[in-house]
Order: sequence, then C-alpha cells, then structure tokens
Amino acid sequence: MTEATDKTFARTDIMRFVKANIRDYALLLSLLFIMAFFQIATSAALQQTSFVDTLYLLFTDFGNVVKQGVLFKPVNMTNLILQNSYIVIMALGMLLVIVAGHIDLSVGSVSGFVGAVAAVMMVPWKIDPFLTMFACLALGALIGGGQGYFVAYHRIPAFIVTLAGMLIFKGLSLTVLGGASVGPFPKSFQLLSSGFVPDAFTVTAFGGPFNLLALLIGALVTALIIYFNVKERREQQAHGLAEEPDIIFIGRNVLIAIAFLGFSFLMARYKGLPNVLIVMFTLIALFVFITTRTTFGRRVYAMGGNEKASKLSGINTERMTLLIFTIMGALAALAGLVFAARLNVATPKAGLGFELEVIAACFIGGAAVTGGVGKIIGAVIGAFIIGVMNNGMSIMGIGIDWQQVIKGMVLMLAVFLDVYYKNKAA
Amino acid sequence: MGAEPILQMKNITKTFPGVKALTNVNLTVMPGEIHAVVGENGAGKSTLMKVLSGVYPAGSYDGAIDFEGSAREFKTIADSEGTGIIIIHQELALVPLLSIAENIFLGHEPARHGVINWFEAFARTKALLKKVGLEEHPNTLITNIGTGKQQLVEIAKALNKKVKLLILDEPTSSLNETDSNALLELLKGFKAQGISSILITHKLNEVLKVADRITVLRDGMTVDTLDTHTAKVSEDRIIKAMVGRELTDRFPARHSKIGETIFEVKDWSVYHPLHADRHVIKGINLHAKAGEVVGIAGLMGAGRTELAMSLFGRAYGQKITGEAVIHGKHADVSTIPKAMDAGLAYATEDRKTFGLVLIDHIKHNVTLANLGGVSRSSVIDENKELSVAQKYRKDLAIRCSSVFQTTINLSGGNQQKVVLSKWLFSGPDILILDEPTRGIDVGAKYEIYGIINQLAEAGKAVIVISSEMPELLGISDRIYVMNEGRFVAEMAAKDASQEKIMRAIMKSWDK
Repeated sequence: MTEATDKTFARTDIMRFVKANIRDYALLLSLLFIMAFFQIATSAALQQTSFVDTLYLLFTDFGNVVKQGVLFKPVNMTNLILQNSYIVIMALGMLLVIVAGHIDLSVGSVSGFVGAVAAVMMVPWKIDPFLTMFACLALGALIGGGQGYFVAYHRIPAFIVTLAGMLIFKGLSLTVLGGASVGPFPKSFQLLSSGFVPDAFTVTAFGGPFNLLALLIGALVTALIIYFNVKERREQQAHGLAEEPDIIFIGRNVLIAIAFLGFSFLMARYKGLPNVLIVMFTLIALFVFITTRTTFGRRVYAMGGNEKASKLSGINTERMTLLIFTIMGALAALAGLVFAARLNVATPKAGLGFELEVIAACFIGGAAVTGGVGKIIGAVIGAFIIGVMNNGMSIMGIGIDWQQVIKGMVLMLAVFLDVYYKNKAA
Repeated sequence: MGAEPILQMKNITKTFPGVKALTNVNLTVMPGEIHAVVGENGAGKSTLMKVLSGVYPAGSYDGAIDFEGSAREFKTIADSEGTGIIIIHQELALVPLLSIAENIFLGHEPARHGVINWFEAFARTKALLKKVGLEEHPNTLITNIGTGKQQLVEIAKALNKKVKLLILDEPTSSLNETDSNALLELLKGFKAQGISSILITHKLNEVLKVADRITVLRDGMTVDTLDTHTAKVSEDRIIKAMVGRELTDRFPARHSKIGETIFEVKDWSVYHPLHADRHVIKGINLHAKAGEVVGIAGLMGAGRTELAMSLFGRAYGQKITGEAVIHGKHADVSTIPKAMDAGLAYATEDRKTFGLVLIDHIKHNVTLANLGGVSRSSVIDENKELSVAQKYRKDLAIRCSSVFQTTINLSGGNQQKVVLSKWLFSGPDILILDEPTRGIDVGAKYEIYGIINQLAEAGKAVIVISSEMPELLGISDRIYVMNEGRFVAEMAAKDASQEKIMRAIMKSWDK
C-alpha cells in the first residue's frame, strides 16, 4: 500500500501540486509582484505624467519605464536592506514566540531601551563598543528572560506581561537618555550598520568600481542553497516522498539563483555587501535550521500546537517559554543596536511602533495567532513585503498617513487570503 | 405501533468530494419511540444526524426528510430546532462560566425590548430542572457541576425548546454507571410523554436496555433494523450486523507469561490541586509484574486518572506522598521527564486534548516523546525519524494515506494508535493506558487489545484503566477495583465478574 500511494504522489500533476501548496507560493509571488509594481511606480519616466500619459507610456515604452524604476537601483536596494534589517532580525524571534502560542508587544520598546543604554555606555561613559555590544545583548536576553519568567512560571498571558514591558522600557529609555538624544557613536560601532564587507579585489566594470567579492559571496550562497535543496530532494526521492514535480523544483531553484545572483550583482555595483546583511543572513540561516532541524524547534511547534499534550510528552514547556522569550529579548537588543548604529544617535523615540511591523511581518508570513503554525522564511518575506512597501511608497511621495492605511489593508488582505485558502483546503 | 412515523428519512445519499458518506440510508422513527442508531466509527451516524439537523443544508444531499407527516427541507440548525428536532452533541455546547439558567435560555432569553426578565427565567429553569431530576440552583455555574449534570442541563435546554425528537450523540460516553442509568431512565420517562429519541451510542448494553428499535449502519448504508420487542436481540447479533462478520471473540487470545514485579507504588497519597484539603488518592498500594496486564476498574470519579497522572511526574495534584519503586529501586517520578526516564509512560484518556498535536502530522506526533531517539546533538535526523514513523505505521496498522497525514483527520482508533506509537517509541517498561478504547469502534478495539497483548508479551507491565468492565475482564490478568480514592478490592481476572466488581464498589460505599 505504501509504494502504491507514493507512486501516485510522484505522478501527481503539476496543477494539483501548485493548488495544494498555493499558500506557500502565493507569499513569494506577492513579494515579487509588489517589487515589480514599485519598480514601475517609482519609475522616473512616469514622474509628472497624467494618468492617460502613464498608460500610454506603459504600452509603448514599457522597457524604458522599468529601466528607470528606482526600487531596484543598487543604492536603493542597499538602503532597503539597511532600513529593514532590524525588523527582519526581530521577526525571527517573534516567529518563535508566535508559533509557541504567545506574543511579545515589548520588542519595540526593548530595542529602543537597549539602544539608549548602548549610547550612554559608549558616549558619556566611553566604554569599548564591543564590550558594550556584548553587555547590551546580555541585557536584552535578561529582559526577555524576565518577561518569559512571568509568562512561563506564573502563567500570566504574554499579552499582558509584554504590554507592561512595553510601557516600562519606553519609560526607561526616556530616563536613561534624560529625554535627549545621545550620539554620535565611535566609528567601530557605526560600522555595524553603515559598514560594508571590504572588497578583496579591485575591479572596474559596468561603468564604475565593481565589488567582485560581493558577487562571489552571492554565487557561493546560491550554490549552497541549491546544493542543500538538491540533497534534500535526493533524500525525499530515496524514500519515495518527492511530491514536488520536477519542473517546479527546477523552476524554483532557477528563480532562487536569479534572485540571489541578481541581488548580489546589484550590491556589487554599489558598495558591496553591508555588514548587517551578513549578520541578517547568518541569523536567518540559523533560525531556519533551528526551526526545521532541531529538537528545540520541533518542541516549539508541538508546544504551540498543543501545550498540554507536549507537557505530557515530557517537554518542559515552562523552560521552553523562558528560552524563547530570552532569545526574543536578545534579538530585540541586537535590532536596537543596529538601529542606533544606523542613525548614529540614540533617541527616546527609537523603536516606536517596531513591534507592530514585526508582528505584522509574522502574520503576513502565514503564522497563526493560535500558535503551532508559521515559518521563518514566511516571516522574512513578510518583513520584506512591509519593507518594500515602506520604501516604494516613500519614493512615490505617499504621505505617512496613507502609508499606514495601505499597510493595514495589506495585512488584513494577507491574513484573509491565508484563512480563506486554509478553510477551502479543509 | 400502527401510528404514522414522526420521522422518515428516505434514501438519503450524501457525498463529499471523493467520498460517499451515505448511500440510500433510510431511518424511520415512530412517535414515542427510543430508536438507537449504531455502527462503527465512520459508518455515517454523525453525517446522518447532520443531514437531519440541517448542518448539511437541504440540497447538499439527495433523498427526502418527512417530519410529522410533511416534507421538510432544513437549511440551518435553527430550521430543524424550530420544528422540534434537537441534537445534543457529544461535546456539550454549554458556556462554562455562565449559570444553568443563563445557559438554558441562551439565545432565547425571556426578554422585553432586550431587557431580560430573570424572575421568569429562574422560575422556568426550576421547573425544567425538576423535569430532568436535577437538584441544582439555577444560579450555579456550569463549570461547578459534573459532566453528568451538565448533560441534564443540555436536556433541560432541549425541553425548553419544545422538543419533539431528541437526538443524543454518545450521551453516556463520559458518564459513570449511575449517571448513565439515570439518563436512560429519563429517556424512558420522555417516551411516556410521547417524546421520541434517537440514541447514538457505542454502548450496546445501553441500547438493549432502552431501545425499542435499532438501526444499524455500516459503511454509509442501512444494513439492518432490529425490533427489540418482536425478537430477542443480543449484543452479538448487533455486533455482527455492525462489522458484517461474526466476532466470535471480542478479545484476542493471549498466554500470559508473568515475570518479576517491576513496578510498585507504596502508600501513594494525593490532594486536589486547587482544594488543598480534599484527599483524592488515599494511600494506594499497587504492583505490576513484567508481562502482566493490570486493570483498574471503578466508576467515574473514583480517582483512577488522578492516580495515574499523579504517578506520571506529578501531572496532577499537590502534597503528593508515597513511594514509587521500579525494578526494585526507588524511582524519582517527580517531573514528567524524570518519570519517563524511570521507564513510565502514560497515554491519556482524552487523546485530542492531552494526547496529540492535532494540527501536526503522524510522523511528528510519533517521535514527540522521544526526540532524542531520532536526533544527534539536538539535530533531528529526518531519515531516521521517517523510518521510525513508517515502522510504527506498519506495526500498529495505522490506516492513513502516509505518515504525513495530519492527525486531526484520522479516525479515533487510528489516533489512539498514534498515541500508542508515541509511547512505545519512548521505550517504557511500564505503560499506563487510560481508557485506551474510549469512543473507538469494535474493530479498532480488537486491534488495540492485540497491541496490549504484544506489549505484555514483550515483558512490559501494562496498567489499563477502563470504565468498560467487560473489556477489563477480557484483557487483564489481575484487576484492582477503585472507589473514592482507594483500592477496595483486588482480584485475578479469571475469578472476577462484573457483579463482583460492582459488589466491591457498593460494599465500599456502605462503610
């Protein structure tokens, strides 16, 4: 019976597979669509044109319109990464928190507070930046762990604990900074956000200096991802479990290759790979690994799926919760450092509203409020969907008021579609 | 009974994408009749009732429904309730933190301009509670009364809606013997008042006790309608119709090879987790030998689950005293991981709430209690995990499309097999199985008994808690009888009988 079933799986036609997995692909396609849309919408060729002219240009001179778009310009892509890195970093931890069935409203305040503490340590107290960074990460972990303690061992809903935390740390960052902005920071600290991986070669190409190292790293990462994908597929095939049709598997990997190579090419044409991009990618890879391959990750999903059953299966759910919030706290601290380093100043307003974008990223990415469901890659794509929209709408000159309205509607639409397809599949 | 039938369901056919759930099913209920609908899980009982109550609206199925002589097309549950057809589901639909009166009148509050007349509601609640024989104040919160009484509140709620045909889906599955009997008596009382009932149950002894007629469903078809008044109907006769074959033996044969005592509990005492002065387990002494199946009999509320859970890493209770001895040595069972390390496993009575991660698939559920067994330095070896899941799927004959099937979509019997797989993979020496066959059909029960036998043959000590006495008598070597937190009798299964067990319980109450 096993073999017969598996064979039918292998023969499953492409359409049915796509239909069954539409939710996974829909997210990636949405991001691509949004990026394409803003590439066109931000095109210099369309500035100051009437609606009719815009339509006319789109039909007659589409290539030129796309070419003049701002979104994919190397400098803007670099900005996009820098602007969103702290959201992505926090979304990684938030996904764990949400999958475990909790929520953390305090991450914005905590990141602002940690940024403030770092500023005070480095500027008036003149403590070494690296020591400061370590101390601040530890502080974040401690804050997260403290909140996690109340959630885990006293069973106070995370919503309430972290709501309290949000107020507390918002207030504390004001106190720490004395209501003023503190900066600028030592050069070595600024490099965290504004630094680039130095080029090992000196090449001039495509009408300017070209960071060959960035392209090589991009190629290496692409090769690694494809290698792991192929390896996984081999193993699936060995067990007769490869459900994905060949053509989709190949197509998916070609797309990944184009995206990564194209992206590193763009980066290479500007200043190369930002340091924070390396940090971000390392963390994404680490968290994908943790959630999909480790016992810790599995337990998080089990806990969110059914806490009582997990507890009765010998999982120490209290310790897990404590650990998850500790990780979240450390990531919030890192995000706070990145944000402070980017602005080169710590302000009392830093981190304001970050929690909303981070939580929205996870839910756009397909995480379920009830827990037990969600993927790291989903949260990352969700964060970039928000990031691209922020970036694109700012370039288009849309006011902050309407930006919020539109982002709210996108969140609603994303979750609605997710729920709709889930119910349809059931 | 020459009268016109109150309900006629004619040639009901209901298809879901890819599955034919019902094929030309006929069901006729006479006025003032208790009609039992029996069948294995998946036979189509619930689907049939959903068609009747309008959960599946008219048009989504083929066939006709006549109620009180006229054709009906129910589009919603409100339509069917409006005509007096009321279903009480297995999972009760009461709001725990509202009072009895508030629950009874939920959605039908006696109100004028939206202002509720609580005096009228209380007065009517009192009258209704009297009818169902429930002595509770209308103000009592649902959460503060037991399942048996909650069931009665549901029935009172139905009476308030002018019920003509009452449908009860597994009403006694979570009730003890006394409450079950009281409920069945109540149905008989309704019968005298001309209210018809449809009783859906797995408990055939109850069917024989109260039903006038029995409709047997198998694979979505009506296979038999038996009249208990015209012919002598036996349980075996019904089972034969349900499974389509003669079940000569409801319990697989086994030859016990009993070895050394491997598990001992000495003077185990537990207090209630919230009410610190309530002594729930009062000094239990228990032992189990390798290769032995030990049954624990008792009524609901006797403390059997509480005993098991308190032993399993203090998952229940407080102020726990006593000693657990495993393989002759004192065992630390103070937390669940420690209890598991000591060799214990506990499969809960409520597999959906406490046993499975329902949104996850079989593979992940099987390895959940022993992730260390499929991982190296905390990294899961997917291939190993897969082969483990495949092995248990084969060994325990879990019926599924693949081990990647979500457990929520499995039948009760197969869900239970997944739970058992999980605990088998944790490699215990002592397994405590709490109501391992609750709510699963006859065929799957037989398979579960087979698994229990294999475990015993492999030298494990198996402790089975069950409310079904024939089951305990059929599979155990030795039986403890528990009542009010104490073991009140111990007997070898071959000397035991249902009467003996009941007598032991009754005698313990007299003390």
